[in-house]
Amino acid sequence: MSDWEPSATLDMLRNRARMLHGIRAFFALRGVMEVSPPLLSGAAVTDPQIESIHARVCGETRYLHTSPEFAMKRLLAAGSGDIYYLGPVFRDGERGRRHATEFTMLEWYRLGFDLEALMTEVETLLLTLAYPHRSLQPAMRLSYREAFLRYAGIDPFAADDKALAAVARERGLDVAGEMGRDDWLDLLISTVVAPQFPTDRLTLVFDYPASQAALARVADGPYGAVARRFEAYLGELELVNGFHELAVAEEQRARFEADLARRQARGQAAVPMDDHLLAALAAGLPDCAGVSVGIDRLLMAVCGEADISAVQCFCEARA
Amino acid sequence: MASYSTNEFRGGLKIMLDGDPYTIVENEFVKPGKGQAFNRVRIRNLKTGRVIERTFKSGESVEAADVVDTDMQYLYSDGEFWHFMVPDTFEQYAAGEAAVADAKQWLKEQDTCIVTLWNNAPLSVAPPNFIEARIVETDPGLRGDTATGGTKPAKLETGAVVKVPLFIEEGEIIKVDTRSGEYVSRVKE
Repeated sequence: MSDWEPSATLDMLRNRARMLHGIRAFFALRGVMEVSPPLLSGAAVTDPQIESIHARVCGETRYLHTSPEFAMKRLLAAGSGDIYYLGPVFRDGERGRRHATEFTMLEWYRLGFDLEALMTEVETLLLTLAYPHRSLQPAMRLSYREAFLRYAGIDPFAADDKALAAVARERGLDVAGEMGRDDWLDLLISTVVAPQFPTDRLTLVFDYPASQAALARVADGPYGAVARRFEAYLGELELVNGFHELAVAEEQRARFEADLARRQARGQAAVPMDDHLLAALAAGLPDCAGVSVGIDRLLMAVCGEADISAVQCFCEARA
Repeated sequence: MASYSTNEFRGGLKIMLDGDPYTIVENEFVKPGKGQAFNRVRIRNLKTGRVIERTFKSGESVEAADVVDTDMQYLYSDGEFWHFMVPDTFEQYAAGEAAVADAKQWLKEQDTCIVTLWNNAPLSVAPPNFIEARIVETDPGLRGDTATGGTKPAKLETGAVVKVPLFIEEGEIIKVDTRSGEYVSRVKE
């Protein structure tokens, strides 16, 4: 094959088009409005695990969005009601068989939904989109703690760092460098827990450790504080991230500032935090839950492709 | 000292780990939804040939190994060292037994080999893919037997023993594939 040709087959591009159409039909039926937030923004995501790509525009630094989240929350605060975004997002430093710098994200917000209601809607949508390719069994739902207990034999809320490291070693993971508690948990869920998830149904994992809250609310649970967020997997492929959204401006600002301090400690670039988002939260974000789905990954999972380049019309090397 | 970020990891990249030079065989990027990313790599120790797995936190830096492949002409062996020369500069390098290892049975004077240098010292030697060498020892040939497909061992002037067709005679020059150790053809003088 020559480099000018698409990296996906034309059949795959038809699958992709049908999926995008299916998503728009799904939300049109439910009265959720499509929105087109700007891709270039003056502020960036502060999360040290996510790196924005920047561009020079008329002499100013602008950032390509890594998710439409901040702009969508401003729309929600402005009274938009239920909304969704379907389009590209960009992340630096993420390349691999399951990662591309530029990928297609679906993100939507539902007013008055809690995590359970949103998980149900995610399952309905994904089963609908998968249906032309394969029929999935009803999803398996389990908490983050149950997932670790079942598939790694350890309690992620009670075990100390040494015990987590021991599990990694037992599974043949030889790690170079300094590892913190969340690093061990992230390593274990990606390489030990998720690879054992069933391949014939979605696995919905909820109630993460509070240290991994990102932009989710934190609630008290029987075994410690939990972040009210969930992820959905098909087999070991992570497809979905959902949150019961944090709506408190002061706490959001504190998390942004903690992020920026961590970025500085790790020698990462300082980025401007989104003051517009903080102002919108202060003005009042309605109670809502939001979720994002990686559309390229979903296509990979339902069509049985192992490499993301097989579902993108021109993979990065040919773009 | 030069270093590579995990973002630059790809097959063939040479890195230092625990004091030894390694080459990356395979690199896999893994990342949970909202957390730390990792690079899981399979790497080959360039001194021992052993392949191991390692996991790096993405974004970390790893020291680069000063390893380069250079075309050199094989000159001679004094029994302890095997001597090579860079044709353009006449620079000479002496490789020890460990570096020539399996390659030494294929080394013929004047042939061009790939010598892998680590910190400017020979780490390993790869012979040419094909060599032409004289047979110094084999059973007498069965003249005319070109059809039965039988073979017999033959020792080459370089030291290697290869299987050759029954009609091949002592003193003949043959072409051999050094990667598989297989006879390819007779070479007319």
